[in-house]
Amino acid sequence: MNIFVLLKRTFDTEEKIVISNGSIVEDGAEFIINPYDEYAVEEAIQIRDSQGGEVTVVSVGGEEAEKQLRTALAMGADKAVLINIEDDIENGDQFTTSKILAEFLQGKEADLILAGNVAIDGGSGQVGPRVADLLDIPYITTITNITVDGTSVKIVRDVEGDSETIEAALPLLVTAQQGLNEPRYPSLPGIMKAKKKPLEELELDDLDLDEDDVEAKTKTIEIFLPPKKEAGKVLEGELDVQVKELVSLLHSEAKVI
Amino acid sequence: MANQTEKLVKGGSFIIEDISYEQVFTPEDYNDEQKMIAKTTEDFVENEVVPQIEHLENHEFDRTVKLLKKAGDLGLLGADVPEEYGGLNLDKVSSALITEKMARAGGFSLSHGAHVGIGSLPIVLFGNEEQKQKYLPALASGEKLAAYCLTEPGSGSDALGAKTSAKLNAEGTHYVLNGEKQWITNAGFADVFVVYAKIDGEQFTAFIVERDFPGVSTGAEEKKMGIKSSSTRTVILEDAQVPVENLLGDPGKGHVIAFNILNIGRYKLGVGVVGGSKQAFGLTVKYANQRQQFKTSISQFNLTKEKIGTMASKIYAAESSVYRTVGLFEDRMSQLSAEEVKNGKAVADSVAEYAIECSLNKFFASEVLDYVVDEGVQIHGGYGFMQEYEIERAYRDSRINRIFEGTNEINRLLVPGTYLRKALKGELPLFQKAQALQEEIMMMMPEEPGDEPLAQEKYLVSNAKKIGLLATGLAAQKYGKALEKEQEILSNIADIVSNAYAMESVILRTEKAIAKDGVEKSKQKLLYTQIYCQEAFNEIEQHAKETLVATEQGDTLRMLISSLRKLTRHNPINVIAKKREASDKLIDAERFVV
Repeated sequence: MNIFVLLKRTFDTEEKIVISNGSIVEDGAEFIINPYDEYAVEEAIQIRDSQGGEVTVVSVGGEEAEKQLRTALAMGADKAVLINIEDDIENGDQFTTSKILAEFLQGKEADLILAGNVAIDGGSGQVGPRVADLLDIPYITTITNITVDGTSVKIVRDVEGDSETIEAALPLLVTAQQGLNEPRYPSLPGIMKAKKKPLEELELDDLDLDEDDVEAKTKTIEIFLPPKKEAGKVLEGELDVQVKELVSLLHSEAKVI
Repeated sequence: MANQTEKLVKGGSFIIEDISYEQVFTPEDYNDEQKMIAKTTEDFVENEVVPQIEHLENHEFDRTVKLLKKAGDLGLLGADVPEEYGGLNLDKVSSALITEKMARAGGFSLSHGAHVGIGSLPIVLFGNEEQKQKYLPALASGEKLAAYCLTEPGSGSDALGAKTSAKLNAEGTHYVLNGEKQWITNAGFADVFVVYAKIDGEQFTAFIVERDFPGVSTGAEEKKMGIKSSSTRTVILEDAQVPVENLLGDPGKGHVIAFNILNIGRYKLGVGVVGGSKQAFGLTVKYANQRQQFKTSISQFNLTKEKIGTMASKIYAAESSVYRTVGLFEDRMSQLSAEEVKNGKAVADSVAEYAIECSLNKFFASEVLDYVVDEGVQIHGGYGFMQEYEIERAYRDSRINRIFEGTNEINRLLVPGTYLRKALKGELPLFQKAQALQEEIMMMMPEEPGDEPLAQEKYLVSNAKKIGLLATGLAAQKYGKALEKEQEILSNIADIVSNAYAMESVILRTEKAIAKDGVEKSKQKLLYTQIYCQEAFNEIEQHAKETLVATEQGDTLRMLISSLRKLTRHNPINVIAKKREASDKLIDAERFVV
């Protein structure tokens, strides 16, 4: 099976976000594989191990994303491709990324493409579905289970906490939800082997794309942090007085009832 | 790291020679694989070990065994084992990073460390082909676990005074071992023990003893102050039957194995306590941010900032010193041929070359950890005294590090001792340099270091080394062979040398960082360097003064004191302000950052 995984380099979940001059400060921050993409990598490796074939991880980003690709290789992926847009694109968006990925995947005869359900930084959840659309193949999002049998695929997906079972056929794009699996740690032998696995680097030119072809469809107007959490309020007095006050506050102040 | 064509740095030579920052290894030099290995270790500890710590502390060692097996699956037990025996034969930096990151696991890191270090390494380095093939693959995978049995009830620091005996049986097939080995880490579950015994009560020799051999048993679990997650028991040998092919190394040459393994143990301990220090520091700063008194986070009080700044500068010093030493090992060992690596002798010689650095790291870094956990508890206040808080365990776990792998006192005594031996053997021109220095000091005019970053610190370390040389030369001259009885002076010299090594290590690290990233991005490192160097230099002055006064009298003493004054003259920096400044970034990050 020819399996592709779309992978994004994101801030570590433990990083504090600092904004300076209207943009997020990246200096000294730790970066990881987007956690949802990590599920996708793990699932891809498991499917390959049971069905045979090859797993290629693809990332659109800068030079630095090589580290996350190497990590995926250390986990067990076979090949990696970095589409380096550092020099060509200053402000990309979901359209940019999906257009580039689709262009790359065109003609690759992917049987299965896995992506994260959402990236923990941008959080749009659009790239996977857009890529599928551009490639004109079906997609299923937020999956929590997948069984491949020949060209037919059985999937359980998360629907706002409920689950839905779907049958589909390859080729297919799916996006991974939490609960799909427990991603493995890259083992030390895996890390040593990853050094020798192929990691190809491409630029827009190599995909016959111009900057104009992938120009962002959206514009970021402002970046700001959520408001600081206010201190809580402790109600006092007799219990029934407290309950009444709580109800009235929920109604008048919080405006939730 | 030094490249292949460069000359290798000689052990202990830092006290008489200067090297450039390009020759030192620093934590900023980790490559991507090393970082990945560190991350895998970190994730393993955080996700697999930490949730089980309470069980481990309650001596549920079946969990330890399972966790070690899991660690083996990830390759975390095979770093120092050659590939042909199922290991990974990683570079020394990767191996050190595993040790550092394991420290987060508390007592479990001892189970891991005893297994991969003192337990497995005697076989890696000194085993013959059959022994390696028989034991190493299972040790590297975690299928079998190892322990190391040197200490006895009556012999701790005096290891060679062991009473355990070995006697060849009449058939010549087995050695029969009798004796008791005390405080053996992993004894509760280890399958393979490296045991020292004296053949016919005389020839100190190492043996590989399996748990299942007839006559081998273990005592009850010890009730310890800390590292409760690790198993510690007596190993009892009652007519234990050890096949002759399990004699490790050569008969009567057990001390070669023991001393080399001790050096490695010290070296690894230095790395581990750096990990422990960072963990305790992170916990503490996080707590200081959360805890409010007088409607203010206690991290905002200047006296808390003072503690945070001091702890961090000490951790920086320990980390810089330890990884500089790791780099020395790596440089030397990566030049060994496959053949040399295989026979182990050359590897052992490489380790022995840096015996001084191993001892320095051991006592210095373990005392940094003790300092950090102590101030950690203090910053936690009453909560730090409560078992729900991790710092309470860290405090108890820390204490043993100053005791095992050679007490810090023994390690201090070893430093000047080794120096003098190297000087007498002509390996280091210590006496010549000391002689030249005495003349130099007579002529010396006070110097004003420039304003550029690190100028003052370089001036201080250059004088610190001279003071170390002066004190060593003086003591050797005055006492000759009787010097070994002057333990206070030996210990003072060790402290001076230790501070000088750490000062130079932080300076070179920071200098390397500045050369790469510029001053602006190296600000935090520069602050640590300034703080550490100033405080270390103050200590050096104290130790030197005490030593001179104890050694000489009258005019000679007055002359020496005036020499010392020349060497210690400098404009002190404002460490209070520097610590406040350094603490800001740490309070923000809530962990040790550089």
